Amino acid sequence: MAEVLTLHPGPLPVGPIGRRGLGWWGVGTLVASEAALFGYLLFSYFYTGATAPPGWMLEPRPVLKLALPNTILLLASSVIAWYGEHGVLDRKPAQALIGFGGAFLMACLFAAVQVLEWYAKPFHMGTSSYGSLYFVTTGFHMAHVVVGIAVLGVIFIWTALDYFSPRRNLSVSAGVLYWHFVDIVWLFIFASFYISPYLGFGR
Amino acid sequence: MNRADDRAPALGTVSPGLEHRLHELWEGEGGLKGFLSTVDHKKIGLRYIVTAFTFLLLGGIEALIMRLQLAGPNAHLLSPEQYDQLFSTHGMTMIFLYASPILSGFSNYLWPLILGTRDMAFPRVNALSYWIYLASGIFLYVGFLTGNGPNDGWFNYVPYALRDFNPGMNQDFYSLGMVLLGTSTTVGAANFIVTAMRTRAPGMSINRAPMLLWGTLTANVANLLVVPAVSLAFFLLWLDRQFGTHFFDVRAEGQPLLWQHLFWIFGHPWVYAIVLPAMAFVSDALPVFCRRPLVGYPLVALSTVATMVLGFGVWVHHMFATGLPALGMSFFSAASIAIVVPSSVTIFSWLATIWHGRPVVTTAFMFFASTIILFVIGGVSGFMTASVPVDWQLTDTYFVVAHLHYVLIGINLFPVLGAIYFWFPKMTGRLLDERLGRWNFWLIFIGFNLAFLPMHLTGLFGMPRRVYTYGPDMGWNTLNLITSVGSFVIAIGVVLLLVNVVKSRRSGALAGPNPWGAHTLEWSIPSPPPPYNFALIPAVASRHPLWEAELHEEVRSSLDRGLMLDKGKETLGTTPLDALPDMILRMPEDTVAPFVLTLGLALLFTGMILKVWLLMLAGALVLTASLLVWLWPRRELREREPAHG
Repeated sequence: MAEVLTLHPGPLPVGPIGRRGLGWWGVGTLVASEAALFGYLLFSYFYTGATAPPGWMLEPRPVLKLALPNTILLLASSVIAWYGEHGVLDRKPAQALIGFGGAFLMACLFAAVQVLEWYAKPFHMGTSSYGSLYFVTTGFHMAHVVVGIAVLGVIFIWTALDYFSPRRNLSVSAGVLYWHFVDIVWLFIFASFYISPYLGFGR
Repeated sequence: MNRADDRAPALGTVSPGLEHRLHELWEGEGGLKGFLSTVDHKKIGLRYIVTAFTFLLLGGIEALIMRLQLAGPNAHLLSPEQYDQLFSTHGMTMIFLYASPILSGFSNYLWPLILGTRDMAFPRVNALSYWIYLASGIFLYVGFLTGNGPNDGWFNYVPYALRDFNPGMNQDFYSLGMVLLGTSTTVGAANFIVTAMRTRAPGMSINRAPMLLWGTLTANVANLLVVPAVSLAFFLLWLDRQFGTHFFDVRAEGQPLLWQHLFWIFGHPWVYAIVLPAMAFVSDALPVFCRRPLVGYPLVALSTVATMVLGFGVWVHHMFATGLPALGMSFFSAASIAIVVPSSVTIFSWLATIWHGRPVVTTAFMFFASTIILFVIGGVSGFMTASVPVDWQLTDTYFVVAHLHYVLIGINLFPVLGAIYFWFPKMTGRLLDERLGRWNFWLIFIGFNLAFLPMHLTGLFGMPRRVYTYGPDMGWNTLNLITSVGSFVIAIGVVLLLVNVVKSRRSGALAGPNPWGAHTLEWSIPSPPPPYNFALIPAVASRHPLWEAELHEEVRSSLDRGLMLDKGKETLGTTPLDALPDMILRMPEDTVAPFVLTLGLALLFTGMILKVWLLMLAGALVLTASLLVWLWPRRELREREPAHG
């Protein structure tokens, strides 16, 4: 008689522990798909730019006066969100609330500055394909920022309601992961629309 | 750290008490509320299958009307505009609303059963992806039935699709409907990926998983990454049409070829996504009828992945006639030809399985075996069109139409029909009638080849696709008549299948748990399976848990003794590669949240197409509220500390 495979697992966690849970994987796949979406937007930008006649870029030297500080602000909000996440992990409720509240406010400020930036542009969505690409790509990002603001706000409320512990906090980690994604993908957009013209693209 | 609520799951054997407890935990409500709130993968899978099959019938009727129009020269059954909408809607229906969802349906139904678990990783997301699929199908068909169906072919090239050349609402319905459908495909793909990685029965390491896991997983990784391309393309098209952007408008420095790139960056991987799971049906089920394991399992698994990887780099072969640089075309031509290698590995593995086996000829076997023939014919014509100079001759002729039908019917519909014969007993507890099955098979097989084999010639004789009629002196009359006759023969075969399904569901022979003597886990449980699938989570020691005695395996899977997990709606989470026990998963109860979320989305998209901002706002609010309710951390799912808040 052949041996039958036996199975004696020891104590196993019930439900998600820390990042170890299906929800983490779920947000991971969501981020992968969203990253692809932005990849296709930037592909559209570079492909259209590379095949367009000279003079396609309506702003050959994009003004960085608002965009650069705003980028730094967005990156800083990611750091603050991470600080908040560690407040939950280290059982420091005040740190957690400062982190999520701070990230929430900085995200709102980023969005407001971005609206100013839109108004400061000398072209609009319907001017040419460049205008369309600029406004729709940054618009897509803005939509993600708005979702991120909602996520950070909800995490703030849940933390204030004392839902989480160093052990049970998947919702927090997943939300903060999403916010990191929104910030990192902005770097690619910023590099494409604001920096690459200085490096010679679109001339 | 507080680990007080960790638990060692108890081992046990099946007892009526255990089955009763699990039944209480997993059985959903009946009635309308139960219908709208169920998250059971078996019910959702069946809904997917029935809905997708309904779309197959609709697409088939559209094809028959077109074949009537084309049966003879200078026919006037349809106006050119009606014909445009009909062939575009036929393509949209078959490719988007049938070919992919039917495979999602089978995989949804079968995955937890073949993987030895109790549901998909995200049961609520599963319900969501079905409801959105249904909503987008209805949305697209509302367009068609109000005279606003797509009318520029399923790949919908600009500038035809831009507003100046196409002022009706046709393209708006198509664009928004496709964005909506893309949401469904994406969330479904995420669910398949996480299910594959985290819920396989303990011991089912990745090299012991059934081929259906490889096929559907590979397809869905691709879907996750490429569906955004087409959703984006359609969204940009809608903006160009309605909000004055210029992505594709060459008069404002837009790039019409951008549409083609975005569409085919999605479109060509998608072609593999709608055949790889179907090929996996063959790889799993054909060996059952050959009474031996699949020859070359690792090679077939790797070929599945290789096809997809190469598949990301072949999209330009749809664009050889657009004047791209020769270097680029050479690269994409070479990549397209290279796909022959993994495809051939699979073909030869199937042939070797038949050759070395003792084939039992059933209807399912015949559908699976004929897949090989049709795949070879479709593959060879694909090989021809992968060559740039040949493609220049053949592109936009009926040769391409013949090729794509050999591929899609040959490697999607035939395996699906085989799968219906093979898994119908598992789903219903009754076998389909074999005698009707033979008629069913031969009518479809002969009808299909009658319709599409001569069509290669129609194309070689120069008949362009997508033209509503033709003159009598072109030399295409007889060939077209034969194709039309063939299409009606297929239709009779399909009607026989429906007759068989209706008759056998009522009075077919009882199947029992394993009517075919098959080797994978779904055949170890009753037909139809109970709501909880497995009373005991099995431990898997080989690729063919039910054939271990015959194959004299040294270590046997444990099916009669396993983890009971009866302390709540629970199943086992395992590690991604080795499938070692990792955690106990708390599964969600039935909920209407996915349905309400879909209603919100439908409201939003209705507002978008009608440009009624209030409706959009209402949709967005419903959407947000249902998401908030859905994601609110729950004690019973252990998403928050039970003692807190």
